[in-house]
Amino acid sequence: MLLEYNHIKPAKRIPKSTRREDKALVAASPVKVSQQTEWMLAVRDHRDKVAFAALFDHFGTRLKGFIMRSGMPSAQAEEVVQDVMLTVWRKAAMFDPHRAQVSAWIYQIARNRQIDVVRKERRPIPEELAEDPGAEPDASQILAIEQEAGLLRRTLSQLKPDQKKVIEMAYLGELTHQEISAQTGLPLGTIKSRIRLGLERLRHELKAMR
Amino acid sequence: MTAITHHTPDALLAAYAAGNLPHPFAVVVATHVSMCLDCRAALGAHQAIGGAVLDTTDTVELTYDLKANVLAMLDAPVLPEPVFKQSGVYPGPVMEALKGKPPRWKNLGTGVRQSILSAGDKGSVRLLYIPPGQAVPDHSHNGMELTLVLQGSFSDETGQFGVGDLEIADEHLGHTPIANAGAPCICLAATDAPLRFTSFMPRLLQPLFRI
Repeated sequence: MLLEYNHIKPAKRIPKSTRREDKALVAASPVKVSQQTEWMLAVRDHRDKVAFAALFDHFGTRLKGFIMRSGMPSAQAEEVVQDVMLTVWRKAAMFDPHRAQVSAWIYQIARNRQIDVVRKERRPIPEELAEDPGAEPDASQILAIEQEAGLLRRTLSQLKPDQKKVIEMAYLGELTHQEISAQTGLPLGTIKSRIRLGLERLRHELKAMR
Repeated sequence: MTAITHHTPDALLAAYAAGNLPHPFAVVVATHVSMCLDCRAALGAHQAIGGAVLDTTDTVELTYDLKANVLAMLDAPVLPEPVFKQSGVYPGPVMEALKGKPPRWKNLGTGVRQSILSAGDKGSVRLLYIPPGQAVPDHSHNGMELTLVLQGSFSDETGQFGVGDLEIADEHLGHTPIANAGAPCICLAATDAPLRFTSFMPRLLQPLFRI
């Protein structure tokens, strides 16, 4: 799935400024909505079990690897994978491709579940925004979110190994907020410039939902 | 309502996304994100980085029947989890911490009230009710304190805080928040250490009030 984004060289061509340019970029490039998003939408809108099985094949082994990196033993990690994938099925209605890429959505479900299991406490989560049920899907917005995710993956893979390690530790929950604060001079700076690109889009999207 | 000007910093949002904030702080961040579109978007960006980490993690094989087990469970009935919605000035995460009930206020004197949502070895989170012109007594901290305004506003040495604004104080800040004129100020306050009130109440009484 990573390769999908390579031929459009987004790092050079993504403009920093306006959405109009973003749309031109999307229109000019041959990218389409990623396979994972298609599967997820089929699960959400049609309760499609074949698509769910495909999502399981894609994310199951990644989730297990991700969860075991936090030191959880294999058998317990599989229980979490099972819970996470069942949550993906049951809460599919909450997936909104205009706001989150599939892996970002599953990441949060996985971390929440891991915390629930390890700390035996229910993690406080933000109140959901009310969706506009009549809203038409906006392909350019979905693509923008996916390209952003592609950029983030690329940025991550281009970091020096020790910098990459710090980012991974932060998002695997191995650093306290004080430790993350103390790291801002290093890789968070690079990542943050990427975050800013995505933020403008997300803000615009969220404001449209109000 | 004025625009939110004091936001959740990136380090707190990243630690929140990763699930590595002490529970009292996680309640405050979840509440602030519920109120603040900018921070909701910023949290989305942090989740996207988490997603990128997930995407680039080495895979580990699953035992062969896990997928079949999960597929077999898709149609099993599940009890819906309770969803807590905003009620009055209290966003969903506060209502969840209140277990859906109104706050049970305890008087602290001079019209200031508190309602403890949770208190334990990881710190505490509580609601504070401060009448206009009243000070939350000067307190200095061992650790960090997050204060989120839910109604009214307060000012202290560091600035003005209105609805949705989040103040972050640490041991270096001996501040005296005073509720501004208008509606009583209701705040959600979390700390990772017991508060030490430097005036207002003898230290001996603190265990009684759990403050």
